[in-house]
Amino acid sequence: MAKVVLKLGDDISTDIIYPGRYMATVLPSETPQYAFADHAEFNARLKKGEIPPGSVIVAGKNFGCGSSREQAASCLKGPDLVVVARHFARIFLQNSINLGLRTVICPEIEADEGDELEITADKVVNKTKGKTFEVVPLPKARQAIIDAGGLIPYTRQRVLAGKK
Amino acid sequence: MGMTMVEKILARATGQAAVKAGDVVEPKVDLAMSHENAALVLNQFLEIYKDTGLEANVWDPAKITIIFDHRVPAESSKTATNQKKVREFVAKQGIAKFHDIRGDEGGICHQILPENGYVRPGYVVVGTDSHTTSHGALGAFAFGVGATEMASVWALGSVLNVEVPGTIKVIANGKFPKHVLPKDLILYLIGKISAEGANFKVIEFHGEAIRTMPTSGRLTICNMSVEAGATSGIVPPDAETQRYLKEVAGVRETVATFGPDPDAAYDQVVEIDVSSLEPQIACPHTVDNVKPVGAVAGTPIQQIVIGSCTNGRLDDIEVAAKILKGKKVARGVRMLVFPASGRIFREAMAKGYLTTLMEAGALVANSGCGPCLGVHQGALGDGEVALSTTNRNFKGRMGNPNSEVYLCSPAVAAASALTGVITDPRRER
Repeated sequence: MAKVVLKLGDDISTDIIYPGRYMATVLPSETPQYAFADHAEFNARLKKGEIPPGSVIVAGKNFGCGSSREQAASCLKGPDLVVVARHFARIFLQNSINLGLRTVICPEIEADEGDELEITADKVVNKTKGKTFEVVPLPKARQAIIDAGGLIPYTRQRVLAGKK
Repeated sequence: MGMTMVEKILARATGQAAVKAGDVVEPKVDLAMSHENAALVLNQFLEIYKDTGLEANVWDPAKITIIFDHRVPAESSKTATNQKKVREFVAKQGIAKFHDIRGDEGGICHQILPENGYVRPGYVVVGTDSHTTSHGALGAFAFGVGATEMASVWALGSVLNVEVPGTIKVIANGKFPKHVLPKDLILYLIGKISAEGANFKVIEFHGEAIRTMPTSGRLTICNMSVEAGATSGIVPPDAETQRYLKEVAGVRETVATFGPDPDAAYDQVVEIDVSSLEPQIACPHTVDNVKPVGAVAGTPIQQIVIGSCTNGRLDDIEVAAKILKGKKVARGVRMLVFPASGRIFREAMAKGYLTTLMEAGALVANSGCGPCLGVHQGALGDGEVALSTTNRNFKGRMGNPNSEVYLCSPAVAAASALTGVITDPRRER
């Protein structure tokens, strides 16, 4: 069971997730402090450690549109958040899979802050609202990377196998 | 069934006779570009090799290019230190296509690549920047990736597990009216198909308006294809591509042209007649909130930006200089001009455009991404409004979530600089 800690609308850009003015900070260990920096209240709760790992951000369509900055994925991966969105922008989704940030494509999702969700491979159950929503699988092309635990271990296997 | 541009390019890059949309392939990379975020790529690259006992060397230093542009000269010690680490890595690996902070060969990555002939028709180009789509202007399949993806490319020389994208064919016919520019075409298209209308797809540009468009304009439309969600924009290479590579980029060998097969399969076909197109404005806070200039004319603005990878090229600066010649930027408006590269800066200087703009009151700054993404230079104050030739107007984009950004062509930006309100350049005398 996971609680929705932030509800967002459509077209949430990487400028909102991780504002450009913090882009000089690159290391995944350092980026979480600036997650949703312009959402002062959420950012403060995150920094104070008030948001437990596995908590859910719910969003509309085209989540993560805009810049390719990987900080937008690493800043959410650090505190181990889960993003459930109606759908995602391409580069953000790819970055998330590469870093192991959990993303769930759920085209009909309805949920509000405070709702309790049960997320499985094929559905999201909103326990609070008593509704169930279908999950669209992540792109099949990326499954091998997900299975390896991210792109770094996946590429490391390839490098070690000498398959250049 | 015939192949689209991207299918042809990916077939070649994977050594197959044919591929089709939906296939999963691992294309070889012809050019891999990064900017300052090479510092993060480097961190992830070293992580791949950690505890393997292998030395971390890139697959082919000749196919890697790194350009400092996002925060130049460095705005903080943190950036300066990141740039220093990248500089050391570049020297160690022997990466020759490195463009440091210099007036002779520096500039914005999406101008440096074309003007140096680094991109050729048919190439697979990846860049750790979403506007890598720009390079489709030269007939390449060019797309943005994250830093970890790039680290993997540095190690292997290929992009793993790419799903061949479907294609939207855009046919732009007609002739542009005076003061209507390629920027207006791409803004109109984004407004029409929406910010997600081309998600996971390629936009292939055809038609008379594209064939007669110089490469600079093609770079603008391919640049902003990503704002419709596209993986890439692409223009079939033609005589203009050959002219640009020979005359501007100094490429000596003959470059072959090619196009999609006549029976290629498209997901969607969009036809636009540019003859009836008006100047377009993308209104806050999404790039697809596009209106004809008349709908927002009269909106007061405090800052104008002409520049960036979208509209900082010589003909963009020329358009602005012609409108501002002998006139004055309105009081209360800050007009910032950022030429896209050192070379364009010098050419604009030689032609007198920069003098004209400065005499009118514009501030000309060094080439770089500067205000476009609010990293340094040109941040907005609370409640301020900017009108910009850049590519994004997301909330907070220009450094302040309590401000607004409108996007437009260089002609609209220059005409509005004179009045201090959003102004239709066709009314300018």
